[in-house]
Amino acid sequence: MSGDTAEIEIRGVHKAFGSLHVLKGIDIDIPRGSVTAILGPSGSGKSTLLRMINQLETRTAGDILVHGDLIGYRRIGTGADATLQELDDKAIAEQRAKIGMVFQRFNLFPHKTAIDNVMEAPIHVAHRSKADARDEAIRQLTRVGLADRLDYYPSQLSGGQQQRVAIARALAMHPNIMLFDEPTSALDPELVGEVLSVMRQVAEEGMTMVVVTHEMGFAREVADQIIFLDEGVVVEHGGPEIIDNPQTTRFQAFLKSVL
Amino acid sequence: MKSREDSELGIPGEIHARPVRKPGPVVAAIVVLIFALMLAHGIVTNPNFDWPTVWMYLFNENVLSGIGWTLKLTLYSMIIATVLAIILAVMRKSSNPVLRWVSWYFIWFFRGTPVYTQLIFWGLFAVLIPRLAVGVPFGPEFWSIDTKSVVTASVAAVLGLGLNEAAYLSEIVRAGIEAVDDGQTEAAQALGMRRSLIMRRIILPQAMRIIVPPTGNETIGMLKTTSLVLAVPFNLELQFATNAIASRIYKPIPLLLVASIWYLVITTILMILQAQLEKHFGKGFDKSSLSHAGKSAAIDHPTGESAMEAARMNKVKMGGLNA
Repeated sequence: MSGDTAEIEIRGVHKAFGSLHVLKGIDIDIPRGSVTAILGPSGSGKSTLLRMINQLETRTAGDILVHGDLIGYRRIGTGADATLQELDDKAIAEQRAKIGMVFQRFNLFPHKTAIDNVMEAPIHVAHRSKADARDEAIRQLTRVGLADRLDYYPSQLSGGQQQRVAIARALAMHPNIMLFDEPTSALDPELVGEVLSVMRQVAEEGMTMVVVTHEMGFAREVADQIIFLDEGVVVEHGGPEIIDNPQTTRFQAFLKSVL
Repeated sequence: MKSREDSELGIPGEIHARPVRKPGPVVAAIVVLIFALMLAHGIVTNPNFDWPTVWMYLFNENVLSGIGWTLKLTLYSMIIATVLAIILAVMRKSSNPVLRWVSWYFIWFFRGTPVYTQLIFWGLFAVLIPRLAVGVPFGPEFWSIDTKSVVTASVAAVLGLGLNEAAYLSEIVRAGIEAVDDGQTEAAQALGMRRSLIMRRIILPQAMRIIVPPTGNETIGMLKTTSLVLAVPFNLELQFATNAIASRIYKPIPLLLVASIWYLVITTILMILQAQLEKHFGKGFDKSSLSHAGKSAAIDHPTGESAMEAARMNKVKMGGLNA
């Protein structure tokens, strides 16, 4: 795939934690404006892969490019002499600022109200004015249906509301990409729907999204591309239709266990 | 029994049962009250405590100035200690190994030697190092000053107490920093925040909630540790002032009582301040956030919220008294 259309390029990526080889050579292209769902049993390395896209996890080998820029490193020299230079804290922070992320356990800042959570990065990272950041935060919180919860602390919100604040917080930085790490796994079943519908809305607005999830219904309806990971390799890869027509016994067994 | 009123909802047949009788508190109150009265009576009527002398010296000029110095020593040394402690704790968590080691050695040294000994050395500082100079290391000096004029007895006392306390406090700060969930750092990193910003805006404010109670404890400890500054020697603080009067009039007991009364008064004020601080840094934290966040239900009803607020304030009050 050419660099114009692939927003994220994952090339031959490996990850080892000590002697544990978690990811064993992953190649994925994620086109601009597409939704990619990463499926797989726990321990398959899917969260690790997602966390490598914004350098929350370092990779052991391979390249990850976002907009054609190498994540986490700078390449020095060419050909056989080429070597990698680690990026410093500032440069990595700048790369991360353009990539939003939503976590399984929300990770809202508990000492800040909903609106302060959303305003934090626009003010202190993007250096927008307080008034602008506030307008933006109100807009984002309204978008996720929480206009009446601006001054609530996270502990006063339900799990579903907290996760929607977390989505608004990420969107307020105007990211090019949104990463979702099992965004509904910590929620009570009746609260899953409200978070998925916000995610669907974000997808419809053309955001490039990478979603690690166990929600097969969401993957089938919203995703453009499905990646099934198992034991550190891509076992199946295709459009949403592959969920209904699994080719490998491993994918079949996985689908049977989650449906 | 009219212990509960009908709820606003007017549910028919609402239960107004008599509570289970609990004689424990009443019995305990009577017993404690009797003992307290006996104790108070004994103390007040015992001529050995010499209350007239206590009253005579309670607002003595030297005693009041002693209180002033004790408060100043406590305040200044705790300010130095807090600032240094945060720097030391952040250094301990730094990615720079040199800073980590410097912090480790500072804590090792100042925690590992008695504060009394440290105070003696600070008192002798001007003798051991008579001149302080600014210049090129091992090269020419641009400017120098007589140490005696900089490190006076009060400065030596504050430095001695502050540096020693910083070593202890930095471990408290470090524990507070480490108690903040890693997910907070990850969320902040994902938003593009840099390490220093994350520490300042996200980690430290949350760590404060854990740091404040033991720091209040340390402050109250410091209030009394200030009496050790006679090692410098510095002899204007409360304990020394009352001792001086006691040895002049040969009545040690009433003047120990004077000092104790004032220490208790100040401690009470500090505990109230601590409770206020805990309330401030406890914002957003309450019971429901301790349970798994995803499982907590929405609190839509405003009364539910204020009940929670009340519960939190009760908890804070308890915390303040415990420390």
